[in-house]
Amino acid sequence: MSSKKKSLTIGVLGFQGDIEENVAATKQALQDLQIEGSVQLVRYPEEIEKIDGLILPGGESTVQSTLAAIQRSLPIIKKRISEGMPVMGTCAGMILLSKRAYDRVVGDTKQKLIGNLDIVIERNAFGRQNESFEADLSIGMLGKEAFKGVFIRAPAVSEVGKDVEVIAKLNNKVVAVRQKNIIGTAFHPELSGESRMHRQFVKMAADSKHGQKNDA
Amino acid sequence: MTISLVATEPKPKGVRVDVVENAQLVRGTTLLKRGFAHMQKHGVVMDVTNVEQAVIAEEAGAVAVMVLDKLPYDVRKAGGVARTASIKIIQEIMDAVTIPIMAKCRIGHTDEARVLEVVGVDMVDESEVLTPADEERHIWKWDFTTPFVNGAKNLGEALRRIEEGCAMIRTKGEPGTGNVAEAVTHIRLVNSEIRKIRSIYQDGDNQELMKAARELKVSYVMVEETARLGRLPVVNFAAGGITTPADAALLMNLGCDGVFVGSGIFKSEDPAQRARAVVLATTFYNDAKIVMEAQKMVDEKKSLLGMDTKNLELRMQERGQHA
Repeated sequence: MSSKKKSLTIGVLGFQGDIEENVAATKQALQDLQIEGSVQLVRYPEEIEKIDGLILPGGESTVQSTLAAIQRSLPIIKKRISEGMPVMGTCAGMILLSKRAYDRVVGDTKQKLIGNLDIVIERNAFGRQNESFEADLSIGMLGKEAFKGVFIRAPAVSEVGKDVEVIAKLNNKVVAVRQKNIIGTAFHPELSGESRMHRQFVKMAADSKHGQKNDA
Repeated sequence: MTISLVATEPKPKGVRVDVVENAQLVRGTTLLKRGFAHMQKHGVVMDVTNVEQAVIAEEAGAVAVMVLDKLPYDVRKAGGVARTASIKIIQEIMDAVTIPIMAKCRIGHTDEARVLEVVGVDMVDESEVLTPADEERHIWKWDFTTPFVNGAKNLGEALRRIEEGCAMIRTKGEPGTGNVAEAVTHIRLVNSEIRKIRSIYQDGDNQELMKAARELKVSYVMVEETARLGRLPVVNFAAGGITTPADAALLMNLGCDGVFVGSGIFKSEDPAQRARAVVLATTFYNDAKIVMEAQKMVDEKKSLLGMDTKNLELRMQERGQHA
């Protein structure tokens, strides 16, 4: 980091879902990496303009895209992601980032999506809550040790675009992807009880901020 | 606040381990049950009695729907015994919407709950709105893979339900009255009781904490954890009498993680609009301008008239309180 470094600001989209768990996991990641920074809850366009990275939490994706007041913020998020702002979506967050989503039972949903992530989502791909599960995942970018995947009424990725890298699979289903500055996970790293995935994201945001500074 | 995983039952029967191809899948854990409740936070769960209402709720931005045979207001009017909803209706709703489905069973009625689990609802509400099947015991919820939500009107009740395995608490309020006063009383009481044990904990006075545990009729471990966290160890929603967007904002500002709306929406004369307004106010509860916008979306002349909670013949909140 340059001596002129400015503190890193990570936003957590604060409409609905497990917002507080993502704030806590990100704070832990900053502390573990000894990066000076803060975590903010963001909801309004002007707040989203100011952050260095954004996390879209788990929750109910239908709700997170429904209200008009929320829809006002989605184009700003789309613009900032297109400009290179690092973003991580977990579960419902990944659904919002995707370009298309359909439900395993109900079929195509009319929900509004941000659409930067070139994947198709199958919602509730593993079934309802009784079928929710924990399973160890092998995720190369997080090292050799298994990562506890917490899947709650989880989606899966049914199609990936050509620029999308698959970073985790469970049997034959794609459950985590990366496309340049975008990470999407079908599971909830904020509930794993460890910060490896959030550290990966914080590093991405720090590198991106650092890079921009050099370019300027 | 991060998720708390202190489970007082070491080997819950509701946990299932399956091996699917190359993966071992563990289901029904405390993490998955409480985690499900965490995904509901900052959301509105709406009571519905049919597919049409469920679709309106989903389109308005409900985080889940709660299926019951009659809305609490109608349960109150009808009298008689209130039981779990028809399975056929629950299944029709499951096929019609993508959001989670909850359904109510009677307090202590393990087999109604078992039926709901097999049907595949996402959460069971062991509810005082229905007529209790057991006045002295609640369901041992650790035996289920499906998570449960329970009502409580004070800290002791809340912690006893958590000790029995419930993954989410809601205030009891006084259902079906359109009067938010009792829900306010309950959340205020829980908050002040937590403040009290927290200060005992911070003083390091174990004797006093044990005394508190005995008064609350709950284990020391449970009280200590709650005192350390300074909040209930599971997600806590408000319920009972919420009628307007401002009602929802009031309860969110008192520290609730989300709200349940029973009769308030579908016993009003403007349900679709009101449902959207309550969701908006719950999401932006701490932004008075947006709560005002939400309040403007509803017409007070169309609100459920409501009733005084002081002279009710049936006080649902008292059901199961001593167990």
